[in-house]
Amino acid sequence: MIKKARTLFDKIWEAHVVERKENFPDLIYIDRHFIHEVTSPQAFDTLRQKNLPVARPKQTVATADHNVPTKNQHLPIKETLSKFQVDTLIQNCRDFELELFGLGHEKQGIVHVIGPELGLTLPGMTIVCGDSHTSTHGAFGSVAFGIGTSQVGQVLGTQCLLLHKPKTMRIEINGKLRRGVSAKDIILYIISQISTSGGTGYFVEYAGTAIEALSMEGRMTICNMSIEMGARGGLIAPDQTTFDYLKGKEYAPKDEAWNKAVNYWGTLHTDEGATYDKVLYFDATKIPPMITYGTNPGMGVGIADTIPLDSFEGSLDDYNKALWYMDLTAGEPIQGKKIDYVFIGSCTNARIEDLRTVANFVKGKQKAKDVEVWIVPGSKSVEVQAKQEGLDQIFIDAGFELRQAGCSACLAMNEDKIPAGKYCVSTSNRNFEGRQGPGSRTFLASPLTAAAAAITGKVADVRTMLQEETDLLTV
Amino acid sequence: MKFTKINSTAIPLPIENIDTDQIIPARFLKATTREGFGENLFRDWRYEKNGDTRADFVLNDARYSGKIIVAGKNFGCGSSREHAAWAIADYGFRVVISSFFADIFKGNALNNGILPIQVEEDILQTILQQIYQNPETKIQVDLEKQTVEVPDLNFNITFDIDAYKKTCLLNGYDDFDYILNQKEAIEQFEQNRVDAFFL
Repeated sequence: MIKKARTLFDKIWEAHVVERKENFPDLIYIDRHFIHEVTSPQAFDTLRQKNLPVARPKQTVATADHNVPTKNQHLPIKETLSKFQVDTLIQNCRDFELELFGLGHEKQGIVHVIGPELGLTLPGMTIVCGDSHTSTHGAFGSVAFGIGTSQVGQVLGTQCLLLHKPKTMRIEINGKLRRGVSAKDIILYIISQISTSGGTGYFVEYAGTAIEALSMEGRMTICNMSIEMGARGGLIAPDQTTFDYLKGKEYAPKDEAWNKAVNYWGTLHTDEGATYDKVLYFDATKIPPMITYGTNPGMGVGIADTIPLDSFEGSLDDYNKALWYMDLTAGEPIQGKKIDYVFIGSCTNARIEDLRTVANFVKGKQKAKDVEVWIVPGSKSVEVQAKQEGLDQIFIDAGFELRQAGCSACLAMNEDKIPAGKYCVSTSNRNFEGRQGPGSRTFLASPLTAAAAAITGKVADVRTMLQEETDLLTV
Repeated sequence: MKFTKINSTAIPLPIENIDTDQIIPARFLKATTREGFGENLFRDWRYEKNGDTRADFVLNDARYSGKIIVAGKNFGCGSSREHAAWAIADYGFRVVISSFFADIFKGNALNNGILPIQVEEDILQTILQQIYQNPETKIQVDLEKQTVEVPDLNFNITFDIDAYKKTCLLNGYDDFDYILNQKEAIEQFEQNRVDAFFL
């Protein structure tokens, strides 16, 4: 019998169907559940009301990340409500016997950074968390997506969810990236082409030579922002890069189990002849360093481009509203725009590779005088690693501030906020109105472009700066 | 919360891509219960920084009220925060009509007794124009029949909804109890797994 050709997504989804009925959502088994302080307390309340235990406590892991300070984490949290929320997580994990990597723990960090670095995220898994950027874990060839708090409760209580199978989309990016261009530019470019709703209803598989060439960190950056095109999630077939990253990680399988796992993971790829509901192609060689100018992640341009005269989709009123909020003018260049803050952090770009890229670029340079630069590592482990490698000294010498792990100024629910009216070049994932603080204005970009902005105090084309350095070296 | 029929005036909010950070900014997500989020619904559009109400925002416009929001396309994009659905429900809304919904928001809405109704873009614009012309316009939503009626316009359309979710809303059920009843199937599934190297 010839087996039907299946996509990577189909294989993982089908392997997790507990029950399927006609005209009814599938009952899907969840392998790994991550929780954090903000979207879990009401879910625990539901368990208490229903008088239920956590069904599979070993499959849920907790951390505190969204609502924590990134300075003086050894001191009690100052803000009463934040402290109460973080304390509630501690109490819930105690009551329901869940593992917690809380504030001060050596494994604490942004939930989407610690999962992979601990080997809790593995190929072939279904992974959920009450956070839309759960799509990050798809970089390992897992089906990972964000859920609401009601569903967090259901996973705690049953380890399952009722879900309609999404449609599948393949996004293929081929070719070699140009100098100064990184994974973040790829994903900002794609979203600028297909808009913030271009992926709604789909689960996206990223493929092609440009994706294969990326490190795990780069792949995580791509999958992370799948939600910004509206997609339910994004994933990439596991390969040797994936296995090399996972081998020896604390929670990854060991010895005989590792060999069995790698054998199985080797089957996790889209079969020849399998079909998708939609396929898109992009040429990596045409992607420039990207930057956003508006108030959604689809409003992005090449850094050397001018701000478009019109929105390619959507109403002109909304387009003008976004430019008014950003205090920018259609038709003007974005390059050279003076900025006030640089934020290098978030689940999109706060891994060790991101910090290394920034350090490598800024070594021996000084930040611009009027710019405040925050480097917020994605996890305690990233912070420790950065210090071991001496990156902290490079940042201090450049006038940057290296903080402690957390979501920080990505979402402004903690102490770290960009003041009203100020411009911030940010390596995070959302430039919505007020996202980084009421009235804040966000330019989303790659770590390298953020570093260039930190040094020049302006939106700058990192390619020119890299070229100047090469010229100096070859003189 | 059960949902059968709603007959109400509506709030026009024709902005596209309204993200959940606008519906409820992150700094108001610190509560550990589900109640009270309505107070901060659309906080930064409703209020000035000093706390004064912004007269130009529709929720502060006395002409408009009701249990229905009529919003621009791609409503509820961005963060998965269910607090957005809680805030909308807590304020008193039961229906959101738009030409497109973000996936996670749509699920969260349905799980909180809010009915998201997707209509064609031209129909959305027709409804919006009618509300602007006459803020007293009543919109009748019937979940059982899956219809939206605007008597002033002599206008009656049907909408799609997942059959299972419709049953849940009509009866006030949620997924949780259904899944709990599948305990045996879940345990059977766990025993038969061959790919669970992580356990």
